[in-house]
Parts: sequence; structure tokens; C-alpha cells
Amino acid sequence: MTVPAIELKGISKAFGPVQANKDISISVAPGTIHGIIGENGAGKSTLMSILYGFYKANKGEIWIKGTKTDIPDSQAAIASGIGMVFQHFKLVENFTVLENIVLGAEDGGLLAPSLSKARKELKDLEEEYELFVDPDKRIDEIGVGMQQRVEILKALYRKAEILILDEPTGVLTPAEADQLFRILDRLRAEGKTIIVITHKLREIMENTDTVSVMRRGQMTATVKTNETSPEELAELMVGRKVLLQVDKVPAQPGKPILEVENLRVFDSAGVERVKGIDLNVRAGEILGIAGVAGNGQSELLEVLGGMRPGQGTIRLNGAPLALSGAGSDGQARRAQHIAHVPEDRQREGLIMDFHAWENVAFGYHRDPAYQRGIFMDNAALRADTEAKIEKFDVRPPDAWLAAKSFSGGNQQKIVVAREIERNPDLLLVGQPTRGVDIGAIEFIHKQIVALRDQGKAILLVSVELEEIFSLSDRIAVMFDGHVMGERLPHETDEKELGLLMAGVAGEAA
Amino acid sequence: MEFFITLIQVLDSTVRLATPLLLACLAGLYSERAGIFDIGLEGKMLMAAFFSAAVAAVTGSVWLGLLAGIASSLVLSGLHGLASITFRGNQLISGVAINFLASGLTVLIAQSWFKQGGRTPSLFGGGRFEPITFPFADSLSNVPIIGPIYAELLSGHSILVYVAFLMVPLTWWVLYRTRFGLRLRAVGENPAAVDTAGVSVVGLRFAAVAICGVLCGIAGAYLATALQAGFVKEMTAGRGFIALAALIFAKWRPWHAMGACLLFGLLQAVALRFQNIDLGGVVIPVQVMDALPYILTVVILAGFVGKAIPPRAGGEPYVKER
Repeated sequence: MTVPAIELKGISKAFGPVQANKDISISVAPGTIHGIIGENGAGKSTLMSILYGFYKANKGEIWIKGTKTDIPDSQAAIASGIGMVFQHFKLVENFTVLENIVLGAEDGGLLAPSLSKARKELKDLEEEYELFVDPDKRIDEIGVGMQQRVEILKALYRKAEILILDEPTGVLTPAEADQLFRILDRLRAEGKTIIVITHKLREIMENTDTVSVMRRGQMTATVKTNETSPEELAELMVGRKVLLQVDKVPAQPGKPILEVENLRVFDSAGVERVKGIDLNVRAGEILGIAGVAGNGQSELLEVLGGMRPGQGTIRLNGAPLALSGAGSDGQARRAQHIAHVPEDRQREGLIMDFHAWENVAFGYHRDPAYQRGIFMDNAALRADTEAKIEKFDVRPPDAWLAAKSFSGGNQQKIVVAREIERNPDLLLVGQPTRGVDIGAIEFIHKQIVALRDQGKAILLVSVELEEIFSLSDRIAVMFDGHVMGERLPHETDEKELGLLMAGVAGEAA
Repeated sequence: MEFFITLIQVLDSTVRLATPLLLACLAGLYSERAGIFDIGLEGKMLMAAFFSAAVAAVTGSVWLGLLAGIASSLVLSGLHGLASITFRGNQLISGVAINFLASGLTVLIAQSWFKQGGRTPSLFGGGRFEPITFPFADSLSNVPIIGPIYAELLSGHSILVYVAFLMVPLTWWVLYRTRFGLRLRAVGENPAAVDTAGVSVVGLRFAAVAICGVLCGIAGAYLATALQAGFVKEMTAGRGFIALAALIFAKWRPWHAMGACLLFGLLQAVALRFQNIDLGGVVIPVQVMDALPYILTVVILAGFVGKAIPPRAGGEPYVKER
């Protein structure tokens, strides 16, 4: 048997009373792609931080190519041939690609020789691995796909033999993700060892050789990818059977609830982000808006939710909505029965340092049910919160906990509970399951579908195509501020939507 | 011709007055480029001014005074580093504390040591930096145009003036042509990138803060031992803050910093030279002239000179996270 490229033996790490990693052992063969999946908070991140020298394990050993290795800091990780591509890239935005690659791996006190040497080596690496970048472009001038390639090149420039990628496809279009996996294939063919951390089962199934599943700090299984199934992996992750497909009956659309005509939205810098779009959402249907992040979907949601002014016409139940000035704020929208689960729950949906029960009041704090004379009726509010916590299975069920102390999935449940329980006519949902674990995804999806079945209109914005497909009754694709086309989920596929998302127009919509 | 002589004299005084600003401004540039905001430039200069004057007065050696000034400024830098890098405290508050500390401590120690009402004895002879006269300055001074420029404007400053202006190209070179400079700029923009590249964020930031201390030390010593002859209470008179304004005006770039400091120096020189300006019957009082540099500071800080984007990670303590 070949010597494993990397082997972990009994790694344990505790933060105070919380056991983040418990006796973890894995062994990854050289020249393979190894997937690690697990829910948020399962301990994947801690494990990778230990490998990259951010944390020190309380117990356990790391063996690299058959040698026991200590990794006290990132320097040591790099020296032992480990390269890490983080979920949030660690690039200096106003530096060039070349400067970013050289940073920390310079050859001497002066820059010029390092830079010219790197330029030459970069050319070789590019050709060897088909990783093309323009070395003289600044990071803020290139797209995320390119930025990720810079991160990979950074690792290769440091002679990494083991490449760890943390949620690498979160920010990519389907086409870019495919390209990434082609690059990883190529790296594997050249003998590199690759560890991919992700929560996307499909990526694991399509691209890895072996896969390890983590749950609650423990490694629950390591299996060969071709001997397992998505259902089995999901069950291993969550610890119970999970429905990967949303169970829903065909939509029974009624009259139009939301009608958008020629909507134009400008951002704070005066750039036109939504360039005259038409949409409608009917009662009892979910309209999914697909698109790569940053193509105007966020601005669309913000205008509808009263967070940003717009131009054009929006009608709710036939009556026009104010798009700027008085009556166009979030308070007015809520009074008109529009509920909003914003895209960024930590910035727009919650105040992270506030208690759960305080967060449940936001947006509805003027509700007479929460008032007692001129004071807030905190007891009533807390009772209401406890009811919502129970109904939405928020864990831990503690209304006094600060929002930041809940996991991503439970934070989202608090927001969703607050908005859905108002029984709105129109629900706006942005990225409902971003950073949410599989068990909670299933739950949130069910709640959204249940609301639809009560005859409510739902506008869903998501960058996750899987989510768009499984929830939507109709799909509109946005690119560069335009709606590129509308499709019915059963009449289209990821490939066609991917093309629309990249701005390649299909047949007329 | 008389106008020309006046101009040369004003410019000459501009150079002298711009020197402490320039040193402090470059000091701030190193610190802030590394992501450590420093409003304690003022306090460090003041401390250095006192200790350089005190040591120079006692020992009679201005060089020992300079060393003492740098050392005292470095101690305050260390304090700022400890508070804002090691303990991840608020950089503004630490800076404010340093300013108060310096303001009180200098007068207190001065009174206790010299009993002259919070000042040091006047410096003379070897206790001061003397002007350096360039070769042939005297013989060339009669040549029209070039002569006065050479003899008055370029020649006849103390060594620290030349050091300050040489620091400009040196800083540019360090920042943009060396490994240290690349890392310094990176740590002020995105410390996580530096950290994951295997370079110590803490080490880099302490190095930057130390350079800042040395330059503030020179600036303070220049005030007390070259520009003036001894320490008086609050003698920095807000120069540390003007230097900060110049730094923002210059958008954290060394050559622009020199330009900005010369502009502030010019305003101070004009205020000194023309006490009351008579503009066709309307007399602008001296107080307005004296206030000019400070007014410009407010105007700059209010953002009237275009958008200045500070180093992105400035003011934020670095916490390791994934």
C-alpha cells in the first residue's frame, strides 16, 4: 500500500466545554480527490484550521507522507506542502495578481528579482495546469473565478503537494464550477492530493474519489464515492433520513399578486443595477430568480422590501406601491402584507448581539400585541418568541440567547419564523439556505412550500440552482440587470439556465 | 528683486516649518499603511521634544538628546503597539491616551527636574543642531537667482531637515521596491492574506509602529533642538494632527505627503511673515493668518479634497479567523 499523502490520527480539539473535533482519524492517498462533508458546526472548519496551523490540536498526530509533522503555524503548513484555498479569498484587493502570488514567498529583500522570477514560474504553472490568469491585473479588476485561480496558483507557487479547498464553489457559476473541477482533475493527474470541503452532495458525488462525513465533531464514515449515494451521505451527515427533494404538489396559481413593470434600480454609486424588468408572481406560486450573485437580484429584492428606491411600476393586488419617498420604506411594505427574508440575515435580518426575542420583534415592533401603553410588552413578546421557537424547532430553544450564538440554520429559522408567521400576501426570500445545514434546509423549504399551498405568492432569489429547481414553479433568470428569460422547471435543465445566467440568450423568452 | 528675496525667505522658512510635519507624516504613513491608526503622533513628538531637550541641556550633547528623544518616542510606540496589536484595543483611544500622557508627563517631569515652570533650560552650543552651510554658499550668494536659492533655500539648514527630505524617496523605495514594503502594504489592506501566506502580522505591525516611533522621535527632537532652543509646554501645537491631515491629503503616499507638508509649512511661514495683511482697506488680522493651517486641516478632514480611501484594514485589530 502506498504511503498516505496525509494522515490524521486521533485529532481532538476543544474550545472550552465545546468539543469541536473528537478523535478524528483519516488517511488520504496521494493523487486523489478526497471530499469532506458535514453540516455547519460539524467541525470541518476546525479540522482544516488545525491542518493549516491556525489552531493547535489538544491531542492527536498529523502525518505527512509518512512523517510525523508538527504544524504550529501557517509557515509550517506551507513548508510541509499544504496549500489552502479559503472560502473567503485571502487576497490583497489593490495588489496585482503577481504581487499576491509573491507575497510571503519572496526570494530576497528586493522585490524586482522576486517578481520577475515569479512571472516566469507562473507561466510554467499556467501551462502545466491550464490555469490562466493575467499577472498584471489587479485583484479588484478580475472576477471571482479568476481570483480563485490566483489562490490555487498561490498554493502551487509555494510548491503545495496537498491542496485543501474550503467550499470552493459557493461563489461560482455552474460553468465556473465545472472549470474548477477540470482544474482539480488536472492537478490530481499531476499527482497532487486534493481535499475538498463542501456541503454540496452533487459535487462530492461527481468529483471525488473518497469522501468522509463529519457530524458533531466526529468522523462518522469514510467511504469510496462510487460505493455510496447522496441519500446515504445525507443520512450520515444529519443522523436521520433526509428528503433531498422537496415534496410538493403542482402549483395552483391564482390571480397575480405582484406585478412589476419596467423596474429600474440604481445603486448608491449611481450605477444602474436593474435595467427595466417585467415580472409577475401569482397567488399560490413560487417564482424563482436564478442568477450569479451581483446581477441585480439583490437590488430587486431591496426595492420590493422597501430598502431602496426604484423607478417604474410595481403593483400589489392591483394597487401601485410607492417606490420612493413616503410609503416606500420597510414599515410601509410590511403594512401592505409583504414579508421579507433578506439575503444577508446577519446584516439585514438580525442584530447579532440582541436576544432572539428582541430579534423576533424587529419590523413588527409597532404591533399592538407587543405594546402595553407606551411601553413594550416584553413578556408578550417573549411568549410569542417561545411559541415561534417551538413551532420552527429552533435549537437551542432559548429566547434569551443572542442571535450570534445560534448556528446559521437556526438564525435563519428565527428570521423565517418572524416573517412567515405574519401570514403575508407576498413573501420575499433571498438566499434562504445560504450557510444553512441540510436538516434546516429541508425544514425551511417545507415552510416556504406550505405558505405557497395556502395561496400566497413567493418570490425566491437564490444563487443555488438546486434550490431554484426544487422550489420554483416558474424560473426567471437575471443577468446584468435584465431578465434573460423565464422557464418552467420541468422544461429546462441546469445547462440551459447556466447559459442564461452567463448572459447567453436562448430562444426568445 | 525685493519680492524675490522675500519669496526665498518665506520658502526657506517653509522648509524649516515643514520638516517636523514631514517627519511626523511619514511616521504616520508607516504605521497606517500597516493598518495601525495613530493619532498619538502629537504625543510622541511632544515626549521626544522634551526628552531630547532635557538630555541635551544636561549633557550638552545634542546627539545624546536626539537618542533620548527617539527612545522616549519608541516607548510610547511600544505602548500603542501593546494596546492595539497585542491586546487588540481601540487604536483611537490608545492614541488619545498617549497624547494626554505626553502632555501631562512632559510638564510634570520638566518642573520636577528644572524648576523653570515646565520648560527646559535654553539650549546653546553643542546642545543644538547647528545649520549646515553648503560649500561655496557664501561666495555664490551674490549670483542672481541661483545664488540665493542655493545659499538661503538649500544651504543653511540643520542635518535633520536633510534627513527628513531624504526620508521621502527612501520611504517610497521601501514601500514599493522591497519585500518589507510589499508586506507592510499588504498587512494594512488584508492582514489575513499576510497571515495565511505564513508571515507574522504582529511582527510586521510592530515593525511599522517602531519605525513610526523613530520618525516621531526625530520630529520632536527637531522641534526642541533645531527649530527652537529648548522645550516649552505643548510646543508641538497640534503639529501631529496637522501631519495626520497631510497624510490623508496625500492619500498615504510618500511624495504626496511631502507636497502636503510643504503646503502646510508654507501657510505657517506666511502667517509668521505677514502678521497683518492689508487687502485694499480690509485688514486680515494675525489670528486669521495663524489659524490658516488649522482651517486647512479641517477643510481637508471634512473631505473637500476628493475621496481619500484609507488602508482597508486600518483601525481594525487582526483576529485570526478562517
